[in-house]
Amino acid sequence: MSENRLAVRKTYKLFIGGAFPRSESGRTYVVTSHDGDFLANAALASRKDVRDAVRAARAAVGKWSGATAYNRGQILYRIAEMLEGRRAQFVDEVRASGASGPGDAESTVDAAIDRWVWYAGWADKVAQVYGNANPVAGPFFNLSSPEPTGVVGVVAPQSSPLLGLVGVLAPVIVTGNTAVVLAAEDRPLPAISLAEVLATSDLPGGVVNVLTGRVAETAPWLASHMDVNALDLTGVDDPALAADLERTAADNLKRVIRPSAAPVDWYADPGLSRLTPFLETKTVWHPKGL
Amino acid sequence: MPFEYAPAPESRSIVDIRPNYGLFINGQFVDAKDGELFKTVNPATEEVLAEVVAAGQSDVDSAVAAARSAYDNVWRDLPGRERAKYLYRIARLVQERARELAVLESIDNGKPIRESRDVDLPLVAAHFFYYAGWADKLPYAGLGPDPKPIGVAGQVIPWNFPLLMLAWKIAPALAAGNTVVLKPAETTPLTALAFAEICQQADLPPGVVNIVTGAGDTGRMLVEHPGVDKVAFTGSTEVGRAIARSLAGTRKRLTLELGGKAANIVFDDAPVDQAVEGIVNGIFFNQGHVCCAGSRLLLQESVAEEVLESLKRRMARLRVGDPLDKNTDIGAINSAAQLAKIRELSDIGSAEGAERWSPPCQLPDRGFWFAPTIFTGVSQAHRIAREEIFGPVLSVLTFRTPAEAVEKANNTPYGLSAGIWTDKGSRILAIADKLRAGVVWANTFNKFDPTSPFGGYKESGYGREGGRHGLEAYLV
Repeated sequence: MSENRLAVRKTYKLFIGGAFPRSESGRTYVVTSHDGDFLANAALASRKDVRDAVRAARAAVGKWSGATAYNRGQILYRIAEMLEGRRAQFVDEVRASGASGPGDAESTVDAAIDRWVWYAGWADKVAQVYGNANPVAGPFFNLSSPEPTGVVGVVAPQSSPLLGLVGVLAPVIVTGNTAVVLAAEDRPLPAISLAEVLATSDLPGGVVNVLTGRVAETAPWLASHMDVNALDLTGVDDPALAADLERTAADNLKRVIRPSAAPVDWYADPGLSRLTPFLETKTVWHPKGL
Repeated sequence: MPFEYAPAPESRSIVDIRPNYGLFINGQFVDAKDGELFKTVNPATEEVLAEVVAAGQSDVDSAVAAARSAYDNVWRDLPGRERAKYLYRIARLVQERARELAVLESIDNGKPIRESRDVDLPLVAAHFFYYAGWADKLPYAGLGPDPKPIGVAGQVIPWNFPLLMLAWKIAPALAAGNTVVLKPAETTPLTALAFAEICQQADLPPGVVNIVTGAGDTGRMLVEHPGVDKVAFTGSTEVGRAIARSLAGTRKRLTLELGGKAANIVFDDAPVDQAVEGIVNGIFFNQGHVCCAGSRLLLQESVAEEVLESLKRRMARLRVGDPLDKNTDIGAINSAAQLAKIRELSDIGSAEGAERWSPPCQLPDRGFWFAPTIFTGVSQAHRIAREEIFGPVLSVLTFRTPAEAVEKANNTPYGLSAGIWTDKGSRILAIADKLRAGVVWANTFNKFDPTSPFGGYKESGYGREGGRHGLEAYLV
């Protein structure tokens, strides 16, 4: 590569329905590195972008929730493969964002890849662990199984733009939900690059939709949207805003994960605490008889 | 020709209703500090049964303080095997007093003695018995290796299954090591107060269970009380929403079991007689005061006429009347307010163009009564197809294809339950997969069991009650 060669920079856009559109509002905002250097003009998502993303997410529910668990697991594992292949790029982006959490940028990316692998394995096991047969007192077959709740709005963590994002996104989609993600507001670039990974991993369009912009502007539209079934508010740092969003979410009784009381260690074993809140348990009865 | 039956009334001499009751706080019945008195009536006769307290803020404060103290000083650290034994004791006491409690339930609620005796009370005892066994096995519940109780649970329950809803709330809470303050419904406080006596007879440590009677205001004081760590509510979606809003921004945990508008889907290959029994059980059980009632009947067009004819014939045999009569199928509507609501929505059903039918049916002169009713020619836009009536009123719609049945069944903000009637196994499983409902009854309806999780999708609430899943709401 010639030393004088001018780099070709990437335009960071939104990720909606498997495509990368600009914000319909035509707005952008400047994203800088932790040193204050210009990195990119990210799309500043609007209310209309939120609605487009929810529509795409809803349209994707049938196919994704209807896919076999084995298939979903393979696709999540494929995401890990794609991410591994672009490891160096993500290390650079996480480093530039200046927020790699307690580890360095490399360990963050490694943990993010491993987290996809971990969740990929849950796809065809969660029903066995979280569902069960029920020994009812009568001649009935009775089985409780988990099912995805539907469309989940996710406010991604602000301080961990890749590992934190994977930590909230993977548990939502592995069970068959679809997601509209509001990326870390000031560090949105790894989320858009992750969208490129998702777009090349056989994940059906619309299963994950990524918006960049101001949480305070977009999150309320997500919270009030009547076709959203659940909200993960982990990335909402302002307690007053989080309470407002939770209150709004009650309009159609969205399932809500509140912001954590203590800072989250994204490297730690996440358990099932981010997976089960977005599952519904369906119990089917049938009589037994000759 | 209806059969003539001689009256077969259950004796009410087995119950001893006091003229007035206090609140059950810290193991004692106490007078209200700032609560006012109100009357509870027998909905079948409008006779006043007793005066009870609408607990005020100081009363709720005392109850929460008692629960907190019992949690901190006794219950939390009591070995699970000892908590289990208290719950087994309670289960046995309920069994021993089952007839008395069944009669009391029917008197205060209006439900037929056949149901309170054969459904409610056996399930109440079974629920305590089931969760008793969990108390010393919590690490095996698959909810983490070292599950811990949450603290003080504030629980608000409805009037349709007063003692059963109490059991659904108290049994898992106590098994998991929480203490509770429970508010029974305004119109049906008596069996909860009888349960307070059972707690005394079981020597349950004071403060582990506290019962505060009252109406919506008392419920609000309880769920919004800063000393409450966990809220569990069963009732209307409207109130559930208000509770979810009021808890926003707190660290309180919440489970909600709310309304429903269940589709009961009958395919053309269903055995008609069985399906008709299931339809009747689905909507007329407990006067239709059931959140999971099969209130929308979806009939495949090719058999609609045949099923309706058979259904009407069956409905003409339903006996409406004295809840204490052992032959009664449909008892009294629980309150004047509920009767007014059922009448209003039924009138709207007629006004919107649906065709109303009830069998000839003589209703008692006093009390709150509503004849079993079906509406045919109902469209999905009709309010009687969209809103929960919570009474013995069935809306009948038709469909042609399985896909249309699923579309119509899911076309509701609710998602509590659903029914499927067909002889084809693969169809049952495919349709069950597609229905957005927490409980799917295939070739049966309105079956309940303590081991079987119950609860809804969408605006029917969140969390599950019953079974292993039911523990999750009371553990961290």
